Amino acid sequence: MAKVTVDGREIEVANGSSVLQACEAAGVEIPRFCYHDRLSVAGNCRMCLVEVEKAPKPIASCSYPIAEGMVIKTDTPMVRNGRRGVMEFLLINHPLDCPICDQGGECDLQDQAFSYGQDHSRYEENKRAVKDKYLGPLVKTIMTRCIQCTRCIRFATEIAGVPELGATARGENMEVTTYVEKALTSELSGNLIDICPVGALTSKPYAFVARPWELRKTDSIDVLDAVGSAIRVDARGSEVLRILPRMNDDVNEEWLGDKSRFSFDGLKRRRLDKPWVRIDGKLRPATWLEAFDAVSTKLKGMPGDKIGAIAGDLCDAESMLALKDLMAGLGSANLDCRQDGARIDASRRDFYVFNSSIAGIEEADALLIIGSNPRREAPVLNARIRKRQLAAPFPIGVIGAHAELTYMAEWLGDGPSTIASLPEAFAKVLADAKRPMIIVGQGALARPDGMAVLAAAWKLASSIGALTAEWHGFNVLHTAAARVGALDLGFLPGPGAKTLDAMMGGGVDLLWLLGADEFDTTRIGADTFVVYQGHHGDAGAARADVILPGSTYVEKPGTYVNTEGRVQRTGKAVFAPGEAREDWAILRAFSAAIDKPLPYDDLDALRARLEQVNPVFGRLGFLPRFGANDLTAPGGDPATVSATAFVPAIADYYQTNPISRASAVMAECTQTYAPTPALAAE
Amino acid sequence: MLDDKDRIFTNLYGIHDWGIEGARKRGDWDGTAAILARGRDALVDEMKASGLRGRGGAGFPTGMKWSFMPKTSDGRPSYLVINADESEPGTCKDRDIMRHDPHKLVEGALLASFAMGAHASYIYIRGEFYNEALNLQAAIDQAYEAGLIGKNACGSGWDFDLYLHRGAGAYICGEETALLESLEGKKGMPRLKPPFPAAVGLYGCPTTVNNVESIAVVPTILRRGAAWFSALGRPKNAGTKLFCISGHVNKPCNVEEELGIPLRELIDTYCGGVRGGWDNLLAVIPGGSSVPLLPKSICDTVLMDFDSLRDVKSGLGTAAVIVMDKSTDLIAAIAKLAHFYKHESCGQCTPCREGTGWMMRVMNRMVQGRAELSEIDTLEQVTKQIEGHTICALGDAAAWPIQGLIRHFRPVMEDRIAAYKRGRSPAMAIAAE
Repeated sequence: MAKVTVDGREIEVANGSSVLQACEAAGVEIPRFCYHDRLSVAGNCRMCLVEVEKAPKPIASCSYPIAEGMVIKTDTPMVRNGRRGVMEFLLINHPLDCPICDQGGECDLQDQAFSYGQDHSRYEENKRAVKDKYLGPLVKTIMTRCIQCTRCIRFATEIAGVPELGATARGENMEVTTYVEKALTSELSGNLIDICPVGALTSKPYAFVARPWELRKTDSIDVLDAVGSAIRVDARGSEVLRILPRMNDDVNEEWLGDKSRFSFDGLKRRRLDKPWVRIDGKLRPATWLEAFDAVSTKLKGMPGDKIGAIAGDLCDAESMLALKDLMAGLGSANLDCRQDGARIDASRRDFYVFNSSIAGIEEADALLIIGSNPRREAPVLNARIRKRQLAAPFPIGVIGAHAELTYMAEWLGDGPSTIASLPEAFAKVLADAKRPMIIVGQGALARPDGMAVLAAAWKLASSIGALTAEWHGFNVLHTAAARVGALDLGFLPGPGAKTLDAMMGGGVDLLWLLGADEFDTTRIGADTFVVYQGHHGDAGAARADVILPGSTYVEKPGTYVNTEGRVQRTGKAVFAPGEAREDWAILRAFSAAIDKPLPYDDLDALRARLEQVNPVFGRLGFLPRFGANDLTAPGGDPATVSATAFVPAIADYYQTNPISRASAVMAECTQTYAPTPALAAE
Repeated sequence: MLDDKDRIFTNLYGIHDWGIEGARKRGDWDGTAAILARGRDALVDEMKASGLRGRGGAGFPTGMKWSFMPKTSDGRPSYLVINADESEPGTCKDRDIMRHDPHKLVEGALLASFAMGAHASYIYIRGEFYNEALNLQAAIDQAYEAGLIGKNACGSGWDFDLYLHRGAGAYICGEETALLESLEGKKGMPRLKPPFPAAVGLYGCPTTVNNVESIAVVPTILRRGAAWFSALGRPKNAGTKLFCISGHVNKPCNVEEELGIPLRELIDTYCGGVRGGWDNLLAVIPGGSSVPLLPKSICDTVLMDFDSLRDVKSGLGTAAVIVMDKSTDLIAAIAKLAHFYKHESCGQCTPCREGTGWMMRVMNRMVQGRAELSEIDTLEQVTKQIEGHTICALGDAAAWPIQGLIRHFRPVMEDRIAAYKRGRSPAMAIAAE
């Protein structure tokens, strides 16, 4: 610790801190443009200049290290003139188009010009104009507004790991560009919009849509992957206009994947806004009563054994529990949440969650990825792995399909047999590591020998010392936001009951799909009566006999458990369209319609019931870290793994759920980023 | 006037052989092993005692700079980088060293590297210096062949490698940290300091960056002794220096002289005087384009050394003396420099990136007088807003010429503006001077 004085106030800050950090610690605001907490220091905007006693010139506080006894002054004529000067320089070539700029109202330059700038310009010459660049379907550029802070370049290079942006030319002709025009190949490109302090990089889908002060902001949780990133849903009226990340250092820091950020236009398309009933082979609009009647008629006298339910990937824990309770009332334990057919041992929680935790990646010192492509399955988590590798040497091995993961990784093999026969060099790396990590993806589990792979991975983890009382290095990376929650509340076949596979081909007579669209619906027996409860007209609804319109994750307060096992809640940003209702309420109403009322009348009661089913639901947000206390392996015989290579769990990052499939923006992304088909000889 | 026996650069004009034979005849490579045998600390102390100040422009004591290098390695190698990116307008001293006396530089590189514990040294030469690079490379090859550098250099037991790297023509790459970036293959943009190159320099290793002239004088200083060198020149401004005199003199030339020689004597003795006589002098830029100009009244008496020029709010810089007689349109001359700095700004720091363009545009109007009187004040404030607010000194360098113009020739600018408003041609305004 070092003692420094900021504006006459003496404070203690950690050695190696910058002057800017010291000022912040003292509660003094320092304006800045190029400096960003999570990026390397560029020190080029010169806005953060402060005066240090005995220094002849003002110093850039973001890059200058503190020294014992330093006396820092942030409110002297030298500092004020410096800031005013820099602000004037920034503005002389910045277009004064704030009225038509999408950054208006949340622009660093606007705010700081207001606080530190002059009230008029002395610049009489022509302003510079810069040609706009094309960065893909998500990021819109108005490069004339660029103030060359290079945050975007540093973000792309450091965080996203795609060194595709750079600056060409010099002096006032310096331009940020990809040089050869191309769409940025990053799943995190949307963060460039947040990181840009001016309106040079803005959101293409949000262009000219709204002003920030018109928006109603709701804190929520993203459910389009299993990371559970903190988001803020901005809505005006009944329409979600944009989704932004919120800060959560334990999960997403302040980043958000493109799918999670830009799928929101899918919330308005292909929505189920009224109940439908299939009559004479055709779906016809119906009232809620008619729809309930159709189902209850069908249910009459049906043995519980012939009723089944499948929960989808976007379901909240409340509705899944309500469905489970409803099924129990009907005498059925035919439940399944594993649409992808993942083999999971749910007997213990540490067999199916990401035990090391996402923040824990930064503590690990070696990593083996089995059957997963984190870049596609969880881009934000992938950025954390990259961050770890940038901080210090971090050997990473991959078993599975070849992929560009944005960090250095050694490819070890393509199938499960490699787990037991790792190349010697990498086996030694893992064995020597103090906190080795293994990530098992759904590509490794969603296959017939999934249990064996899980057991083999566990066996490896325990043999390399990844399972100790202080460190749990065994991790399962999920792709579905609902999955861990479903496993926690036991949305799985009861003893002797039918799995998803057994329910197919006529295994059940009535199948209740709760937002389940990710399995092959043609496998459902022709005579099976299908109830689809969900929000989008996707695969499940197309096959349904009765459709009950539900709510998306922005339209209901729901509980989700992310891949780490962290329990989080979404917020209700808008109301569901038309006659659509919150899903738990639909189930509660239906239970009353068949005279088997569920024992909860409001969300609080339902949540109390959740907590009763599994106490983990009572621990909101906070995730305690556990070591591995029980080394008993999950079921499955590691010796029975097949020789088949792992197949990636996600083929197209931009199309993984009904919402993103309904999104025009995501469709454009798919078109842009799909591998270019080989051109025929022309 | 400097005695011929005290000249260091005895082949400055290229009338003798620049190769190794010629260099040996002039005394280069004489007893180099013996100098190395004196040991690292002795060499640094000798350089400190000589009072040599860096010849690249800033005038930082060379011996002291060397002493910042780590005495014992922490595992990282040390490097000497020689700045041969001579791009300062008006300056052409390093060029003549490299084409006419390259062995002085090669030998100096060996001695300096030894003194700072570096086994490798890089010379970053300006891309436009094509023939100079050929000569220098030839000299390096000759030295390798003669066993003077390379493994067991001069039989001293010290291994030393010298590499020549050609730049690509950016003025900013003459700034020491931008030079290091460029040498590493990145865009030439100055680095933030601290850390200084002596701690984290080339490839993250301790590095000293010295000017060609600073290094080229090292062998002679070490051979003839610090006392000899420090006896020349003036206190704290010791030794001899290459002056590059250009502009309105009868015989523009490069010449080696003692520091502290009066400017008038320098011009009258070596350059045949100012065109049209001393009284025809208008102004002099005494140290390359980056320093403020001096009006004749100061030029009459000023001495050419670091401290004397600093006292008159200018600087010795690279000692490139640009002489302008009364036929010069000073505003246009400084506008030209403003254009140069706008063109060469790297674009990193806001004040320099935006300010140099602003200054250039205002200056271009000032040349015609197409401006308001108040804009002179605005212009001066803009220079003040740039000066001292940037990572490197290019911002200062861009600001100073204009500050000098306003400080000494404000009436000329005002007359130009007034003349434009009256609708008279600018030339009339000058004639009226």
